[in-house]
Amino acid sequence: MRRFLLIAIPYAWLLVLFLVPFVIVLKISLSDAAIARPPYFPQFDWAEGVMAFVRELDFENFIFLTQDDLYWKAYLSSLRIATTATLLTLVAGYPIAYAMARAPEEWRPTLMMLVILPFWTSFLIRVYAWMGILSNEGYLNQILLWTGIINEPLTILNTNTAVYIGIVYTYLPFMILPVYSALDRMDGSLIEAAEDLGCSRAQAFWLVTIPLSRPGIIAGCFLVFIPVLGEFVIPSLLGGSGTLMIGKVLWEEFFSNRDWPVASAVAVVLLLILVVPIVLFQRNQQKQAEAEK
Amino acid sequence: MQSSTFAPWEDPNAKPLIRFKNVTKRFGEFTAIDNLTLDIFEREFFALLGPSGCGKTTMMRMLAGFETATEGVIELAGQDIAPVPPNKRAVNMMFQSYALFPHLSVWDNIAFGLRRDRKSKAEIEARVEEMLRLVRLEKFAQRKPHQISGGQRQRVALARSLAKAPKLLLLDEPLGALDKKLRQDTQFELMDIQEKTGTTFVIVTHDQEEAMTVASRVAVMDQGQLMQVATPDRIYETPNSVYVADFIGDVNIIEGRATPEGEDGYRIDWAEGQPALTAKSATRFDKGQKCHLAIRPEKVAISAERPADAANAVQGRVHDIAYLGNLSTYYVELADGTIIKAQTSNTRRISRRSFTWEDTVWLSWTATAGVLLAN
Amino acid sequence: MNRMSWFNTVSLTLGFAFLYIPMLILIVYSFNESKLVTVWAGFSTKWYGELFQNDAFLNAAWVTLKVAVMSSTLATILGTMAALVLVRAGRFMGRTLFSGMIYAPLVMPEVITGLSLLLLFIGIGLDRGVMTIVLAHTTFAMCYVSVVVSSRLVTFDRSLEEAALDLGCSAAEAFRLVTLPIIAPAVISGWLLAFTLSLDDLVIASFTSGPAATTLPIKIFSAVRLGVSPEINALSTIMIGIVTVGVISASLISKQALVRQKRDEQAAARG
Repeated sequence: MRRFLLIAIPYAWLLVLFLVPFVIVLKISLSDAAIARPPYFPQFDWAEGVMAFVRELDFENFIFLTQDDLYWKAYLSSLRIATTATLLTLVAGYPIAYAMARAPEEWRPTLMMLVILPFWTSFLIRVYAWMGILSNEGYLNQILLWTGIINEPLTILNTNTAVYIGIVYTYLPFMILPVYSALDRMDGSLIEAAEDLGCSRAQAFWLVTIPLSRPGIIAGCFLVFIPVLGEFVIPSLLGGSGTLMIGKVLWEEFFSNRDWPVASAVAVVLLLILVVPIVLFQRNQQKQAEAEK
Repeated sequence: MQSSTFAPWEDPNAKPLIRFKNVTKRFGEFTAIDNLTLDIFEREFFALLGPSGCGKTTMMRMLAGFETATEGVIELAGQDIAPVPPNKRAVNMMFQSYALFPHLSVWDNIAFGLRRDRKSKAEIEARVEEMLRLVRLEKFAQRKPHQISGGQRQRVALARSLAKAPKLLLLDEPLGALDKKLRQDTQFELMDIQEKTGTTFVIVTHDQEEAMTVASRVAVMDQGQLMQVATPDRIYETPNSVYVADFIGDVNIIEGRATPEGEDGYRIDWAEGQPALTAKSATRFDKGQKCHLAIRPEKVAISAERPADAANAVQGRVHDIAYLGNLSTYYVELADGTIIKAQTSNTRRISRRSFTWEDTVWLSWTATAGVLLAN
Repeated sequence: MNRMSWFNTVSLTLGFAFLYIPMLILIVYSFNESKLVTVWAGFSTKWYGELFQNDAFLNAAWVTLKVAVMSSTLATILGTMAALVLVRAGRFMGRTLFSGMIYAPLVMPEVITGLSLLLLFIGIGLDRGVMTIVLAHTTFAMCYVSVVVSSRLVTFDRSLEEAALDLGCSAAEAFRLVTLPIIAPAVISGWLLAFTLSLDDLVIASFTSGPAATTLPIKIFSAVRLGVSPEINALSTIMIGIVTVGVISASLISKQALVRQKRDEQAAARG
């Protein structure tokens, strides 16, 4: 009996508050918008029964998504931005993780703490900090103007560049931690063996260190790519009207246009796009776990 | 040591404390225990001895209640214990890793089982103090497990498992983690405590020296079956198979064919061109039956000259000498290439002995020195 | 290797500078006299004063705190149960679905989680307010808690539980008296994680909150959309300060505990 309750309680909670909402999103994505509260049609009427309900559903919204330029452009743009941002974060994060892994033992706990502290600090605040830096009157421009490097303020805020900076900044800990973990676990004598067999430092790094830290690199990339794809706050605050990201589009569909069925359809398609990287990530984690056994 | 008159297994009227009746345990395809029947009596210090994978740990876990038999019945004091969960059995276990609760003090660890019985505070205090005195850890009562040494942790584990005065105490490789000197001291302590408290101990070990030292009876196991169950001296002097003879201590095995000779004697032809050996055996062998002669190295005498009246004597060349301080083991190669080990005390210094490497020597033993085994 | 190459030292310095300079700038300019956040006009703490008189912000902070405490406590309980199920319950009907549901919210974009929950609440006619945010936060936080707790459970020494059973505990007692105290650090970090996630959440709270229940992130977001403001800088500084104190103390406590444990073990070995 106890075992049943132990399983049933969290199970029931997740079914009601996770699975059922998804089914509802799916259902509404197949409905029509209506000027009503709630703003969609058809509503499930017990009296008329399931068949009548199903007959009213259609893929109109999904077709709409393919017709209107905005949506498929936004998906593509999100994929492009997410991929680029992930690579940038990797390039920025790997050297830091590597340096941490090579640091003397006594420093490690402090270094870890320094990486984790931003992680615990409010995401919103950290993004906000860049608004003050990147704006036309912001600190970056002030310094550049003052040192004479440029004559006119650079427009960085409200462009894609700002979005990239923001993403790299906020997601850096997510890249550093798995890469550091993989590098830390790596056997240092392997590098010595490589050098003993004739590799230069650079070669040893390229041929031994990088491949061995691959699991960490992959984990870090997924941990950045998947959330960034659906990111809303950064494009909203740092990006401009030209920054097309699907999270922003979904928000605007929902709150500004009040078109819930389309918003739901956008969500469903985003989920479908995400299935591929998620499954790949899961497989990679499983392979990792097995390799370690 | 157990007194020589303690032998309930020989009394036909004695009721065993534990009885395994045709017990089989399977894990999927793998059979861990194969149709095993065994009686263990009260106040015994019983050892389950065997290599890893022989099933001894599984037997113990079935007694504790963490595994159930696939077939057969296990009885404790005449009652089938299968329906009784581990927390309700009068059985306690001392774990190999000690399993001391790291968040509780030594005192609380020992009191843990007593508290589950809802004993009164005074009773618990008295009993815990008694246990601390028994294992001589009174001064360490308030320490936590990580604040005491390995040997002390072992004593806490023992005290904790004895606190509830169980009918049966199971010990899972209790001395494995201790260094040699500590192990020997603890072995005698365990035997003392067992006699004092009158508890039945069942110990699981792969260390045959340990089993031989502490146990009143030893069960040698292999692949889920009992090979031999007997007192340590019987196991050593009269093993019932080559497996047991080889598992316990050092032994020389000579293969040959037996021919009955006289009342209970046999002539053993073991190699071409070599004189036959003689041995006495209670087991019956047919003419020409394949047999193995098992002789312990300490029963093989070594000499430079052929001994005049030895029942068995063979000649060989000293191949190697293992010098162990108090003993020397000579590895002597016979004509057909067989190596026989002969062990002697070093009553004379090695430099003053009459033979050394590469010398030709004679090995001899009596007709009753060895055991003739069929398999 | 004890000596650090210059490349590594530079990487570390640049890296941590990159991570910390924006936050330092926030803090410094929260003490700026001028309203123009980017022009330094002198030291002043007036924005902190203004912040503490801003009722809207104070209310939002209070709501956020309430929601965070309730949802993280609930999430810790549910998440620990889920972790036990994942690690100990073995096979049962619907197990794949269960583990799928536990891991999915970790990778789900927040906009989708928020959207779906709002649609649920509307569908069942539940008024949006503090309770709906709590329900939403509990749901995604419990998944994080279960990941933290289950990774601890996996390395937990089961012979300790067997010893507890052997000494007379029922399964529930064994969990309460032995397992739980020992995995407590993991459970507590799970709680802290859930608390931080709730405190910081903007997107899901926006979808699932109601007119009376505005959380601090929502307030900050709407203020910030209009541009940079020194009051927000002041608020940010306070929040960064709290987190810093928390992280540093946690770090010191764990370091202390490690030192003490090493000392005890050495003393024990000496007898």
